This record gives sequence, structure tokens and C-alpha cells, in this order.
Amino acid sequence: MFRFKALLAGTAMALVASAGSARAATELQWWHAMEGGNNEVVEQLAREFNESQSDYKVVPVYKGKYPETLQAGIAAFRARQAPHIIQVFDVGTGVMMAAKGAVKPVAEVLREAGATFDKSQYLAGIVGYYSTTDGEMLSFPYNSSSPILYYNKEAFRKAGLDENTPPRTWPEVFEAARAIKASGWACGYTTTWPTWIHLENFSAWNNRPYASDANGLNSLTPKLAINSPINVRHFQTLADLQKDGSFSYGGRTSEAKLKFLNGECAILTESSGGLADISKSTIDYGIGQLPYYPDAEGAPQNTIPGGASLWVFAGKTAGEYKGVGRFFQFLSQTPIQARLHQVSGYLPVTMEAYQATKDQGFYDKNPGRETPILQMMGKEPTENSRGVRLVNLPQVRDIQNEEIEAMLAGRQDAKTALDKAAERANAAVEQAARAVAK
Amino acid sequence: MHRRVLFPGTLLPLLLVAPQIAITSVFFFWPAYRALESSLYREDPFGLSSTFVGLENFREVLSSPGYLHSLGVTAVFSLSVALLALTAGLVFAAMADRVLRGRTVYRTLLIWPYAVAPALAGMLWLFLFSPAMGTLAIWLRRAGVPWDPLLNGDQAMLLVVVAASWKQVSYNFLFFVAGMQAIPRSLIEAAAIDGAGPARRFFTIIFPLLSPTTFFLLVVNTVYAFFDTFGIIHAVTGGGPARATETLVYKVYNDGFVGLDLGGSSAQSVILMAIVVALTVIQFRYVERKVHYA
Repeated sequence: MFRFKALLAGTAMALVASAGSARAATELQWWHAMEGGNNEVVEQLAREFNESQSDYKVVPVYKGKYPETLQAGIAAFRARQAPHIIQVFDVGTGVMMAAKGAVKPVAEVLREAGATFDKSQYLAGIVGYYSTTDGEMLSFPYNSSSPILYYNKEAFRKAGLDENTPPRTWPEVFEAARAIKASGWACGYTTTWPTWIHLENFSAWNNRPYASDANGLNSLTPKLAINSPINVRHFQTLADLQKDGSFSYGGRTSEAKLKFLNGECAILTESSGGLADISKSTIDYGIGQLPYYPDAEGAPQNTIPGGASLWVFAGKTAGEYKGVGRFFQFLSQTPIQARLHQVSGYLPVTMEAYQATKDQGFYDKNPGRETPILQMMGKEPTENSRGVRLVNLPQVRDIQNEEIEAMLAGRQDAKTALDKAAERANAAVEQAARAVAK
Repeated sequence: MHRRVLFPGTLLPLLLVAPQIAITSVFFFWPAYRALESSLYREDPFGLSSTFVGLENFREVLSSPGYLHSLGVTAVFSLSVALLALTAGLVFAAMADRVLRGRTVYRTLLIWPYAVAPALAGMLWLFLFSPAMGTLAIWLRRAGVPWDPLLNGDQAMLLVVVAASWKQVSYNFLFFVAGMQAIPRSLIEAAAIDGAGPARRFFTIIFPLLSPTTFFLLVVNTVYAFFDTFGIIHAVTGGGPARATETLVYKVYNDGFVGLDLGGSSAQSVILMAIVVALTVIQFRYVERKVHYA
């Protein structure tokens, strides 16, 4: 009984203490979708910021996976309970950009916090993606990634392939996958995020349009161009390889990573952010850049950013925005960005962080880690490669996934699948745009 | 048959039903009204602008081939789940009723799955049958079965049906056991003396006398298959592959929260409400006539 009372008293004191400290600093809610190792990074960043000053307290809250976090944010905004900062994945960018009254541009937040915001400090490809057409940065690029190729060296040895030369083009990947399958390996090639890698980045990297109007950057109702001959050829090959087992479909998001991690599939295309898991596994892996088609003019062009950025909700007080601005300034510091990049496989956001990582000799020690950055920055972006922005990209990806699955199951050929996907997606885009355009 | 019993007074009865009415209003009538309201508007996800569009959302939903497809999926799914869960529950109950030793143990064990949350039940089955990591999936493939629910829609459907039924079997079992215990022993013993074997006794005496229970369970199972299986489908297939397991409820979620089409999604949930009300009415009007209340 005595113990119980002591416990109660202790709890009460702890409550009073925490209430006391909460009153002193302005709390800033940060909703995010980072799991595992990446979640630790978030927690650590918040802790370091909170310790560095006493006016503001950033409180990170894990809200589920990317789509769930976005849903939670939208629901909270409607209920007037929005957090200050929300992490929204690349696909949700169009959704957030269309919601003009719901967000406060990050450039404005930084300006009001008295920060000298110099766009040239940031990696152009990334910042351009998160800016309006007239160049105002709307969200803060927190974790950007680019799809790369991972391969299992043991499988390459077994199939008599050179373990130090990753396949560079799609025909080479398919050939290697067939050879690996023929050598008795369970599966040659698999991929995560089929829509992000094989449609959005595929188009940019091969310098082909994904949709009209600069892939939707210049219009609310672009028309998809994902059923061009090169797309059809690519998907038909995937469908054929699925049939003979050289390719194995793994799911719509990152599930296929497991097929690489458990040794089943020898080649994987996956986000550079997947490196944290792959480097922890026992697989003897190598990294290559995202494959392209040698006959595509201008390929390889550049990839478009994946990952997520931080958005600021509208309707908060000036004091709170000041805190948010200070937090973003804190995140932009070179040592922080460099560390974020090195532990997670996500891209650094500022040029200085990239340079610092280079100067530390990090890329010499970790070959392949520079690949995603070079992919994104290698060339000046074209109309086809600045980014993809649809007001309902999550829905469009769903449509594409459905048609791709029906194709891989052998129920339709690639041409039919992509024609249907484009047609259905165009109708969905038009309908969604009507709800937004006012 | 129907006797009317009247109690005097109005205040006390009103007071007694008040909590129930309050709960139903907050958790059913209010959301239902809001769904009805937003089904008539076209609105952006953040609720910044909305336009009254009349019945356009309904027209769009009902004319879309995806919706009709989903209706078919739901019919197959609900029927299969209700049938499988009811049959399995009945078989287990009949068997547990005949066991003499360790009866309580069997019963307790058979009730366990009911305590598992739908999402967890989904994860459990996913861990067993996911092509990438499932133990049983690997066995199946070693045995030469081309197991791939990620692409094969029929296999995906089978997987969610079994998972959803598995969770409901316990509930059915519980009610069937109780129903069987309510059947007078003397009837069964008399039949046994007349020379009826166990199967005969089951089909001519036990099963007809269980009909009120069966009917009740049929209604409950249909409602379960319609509404409570969202968690399982979400965890196991996410409605895929190629919408092969996209039931009406899943589509409401997917169009509303992933597609962010709130008007269309609300229109769907209004239609869904109408469907379930209609189904229940039909069941009570036609199926109940065949029910034999002891």
C-alpha cells in the first residue's frame, strides 16, 4: 500500500514537472512517418534542437506510414487540430500544393523568422521540385531519395557475371536476370515502387514525358503519356520475364526489398533510402545507378526526387512560426545535413553538406553512396525531368498499380495495360482538378 | 402469437432508452447525416472549397465499372465468409457437443481467435502466406503449388476469405454450442431409442431446432463480412491485386482517404448503408419465416 502511494506521488510530481516545463517553451508538433533507424534520427534531431535553445520544444509524433500521415494531417486540419509541421511524401506534394489556404510556404516562414534564405545553397533539383512555378519554396526538403540498383554479388559470381560491373541499361538488367535465373537462383530481378521507379523516374531518366504540361508542373489537368512505345516495350519485357520467373513482382510499395534481403532475388531497384536496411543485412551487395535505355535520346537524363518534405500548416500564431523557422534553420546546418545523409542514405539538401561529405572522404570509403546524388544532379533538368506533379498522384498510382498487376498476372498485354492506365488516370485527374480548381 | 404488454408511464421508459438513443445519435445518426450531406457536394480534401453538385456523385459512382466490379467482389466475399464461418462453427459445435472428456478445454481454445483484432488477424495470415516471407507460402511452393496472391486474384480472395472466416468461426461456435445446449436431451434420447443415428439426429432434430440461432448468425455474419473485415483486407491484400479483393467498404476507404475524393466516397457509403438496410429487411421478412422458434 505504501509503495502504491509513493508511486502515485511520484507520478503526480512527474506530471507537475512536465507541465511546468511545457509552459515555459512553445510546443511545436511535428508529425512524421519515419520508422526504425530513420525514426531514431528524427527523435535525435528534435532532442538536439530542444537542447540547443529554450524557447521552443519540437515534439515529434509518429503517425504511421506516409499515406496515413498525410491522411491524419488532412483530418486534423479539417478538425482545426493541425500540427505545425507535417512530413508529406513526394506523391502528396501535388495534394499539398493545391491546398493553398491550408499551408504556409516555407520560404515565408524562414523569412519571417529572420533567416536569410538563399536558394542557391540548396540542391537545385530538390528545391525546384518543392517550389512553385515562380520559384517560391513551399516545403522544406527533409529526406530526398533517388531510385538506384542493388545487386547480389554472390548471385553474379554463380551466374558467371562480373561482380564488379552492375548492369547499366535495362537490356543488360534483363539479360543478367535471365542468366541468374538459368544458373539456378530463385529469381533474377525484382523492384520496389513500380510506379515511382518504372513510370515516373523511368520517364525522367530516359528523358521522355510522363505527362503533358511539363509533367503537370504547368497545369492542373495534364494528360498522361505513359503509353508510348518505349514504356510498352519496357513493361512487356517485365511481363514476359515474370512468366519465366526471371522477374518476380513484390508489391506496390517497398515489400520487394524483402525478396532481396532474403536472398531470393539477385537484382533490386529500390530507393537509396533503403540502404539503411540493406547495409545491415548479410547480403554481399553492390550498388549501381538506375538503368536506362541506350536508344532513348538524352538518356540517362536525371532522376526526380522521392522521399518526403516538411510542410507547415496555416493558421498558427506568429510566435509559433518563428519557432518553426528556427527549427528549419537548425536542420539546414551543414553538420546536421551531412550526418543525416551519411546515416540514412537520403540525399543531403544543401550543397555545403554534400561538399563536406565529399571532403571527409565519405564517398571514397563508401563507393556507390554518391550515385543517387549524381543521378539527380548530373544534368540540367529538362521539361521531362523537373518532376511529376498531379493533384491526385496517390490515386493515379493506385490505378497504374492495378493495371500493372493485371498485366503481370497475364490477363492483358502491356499496351492494353498502359492505355487503360493512362485513360483511367486522365479521367481521375480531371475529376480531382475540378474539386480543387475554384 | 404476438402478445402486447403495456406498461404505464412515459418518463421512466424514456429515461431508460435515453442512453441508447444518445449513443446511436452520436455514433450513427450524426455521421450518417454528415455522409449524406457531403455526398451531395464536391469538395477538396482540406475542406477549403465545396460546391453543391446534387446527385452527380451518385451518378458517377453507379456508372463506374469499378463500382460494379466491387459490388461483385463484395457478394462473393460476403457469401463465402458467411457460409464458411457458419459451416465451420456448426461443425465444431456439433463435435464439441459430443466430446465427453476435456470439453471445456476444446471450447475455450475454439473461442480464442475471436479475441484477436482484425488487423492483427490479417497480419498473422499475411506472415503465414506472404510470398516473400510466409512459412506456409514457402511450403506450398515447394509442394509445387504456384502460390502468388500478390498477382493471382483468386488466391488473394481465398486468403482474405479464410482469414476473415477464421476470425468469425469462434463467435458462431459459441452461439451454436449455446443453442445445442438449449435443445432438450429427452428429444435426442427419444430419437436415439427409435434408432436414429448421430447424423440423422443432427439433421432432423438438432439443425431445425437451431434455426433461430442460425438465422441470427446469418444476419450477424453478413454484417460482419460487409463492415468488420476492413482491417483484414487492409492488412493482407490492400484490395489488390488489380482490385480483386476490393470490397465496397474497402473502396469507400480507398477512394476517400487515398484518392481523396470525399464526395464520391460519401456517396458510396450512403449506397452501402442502403444495401445493408435492404439486406437485413429481406432477411427478416423472408428468411425468418422459415425459422422455427421453439
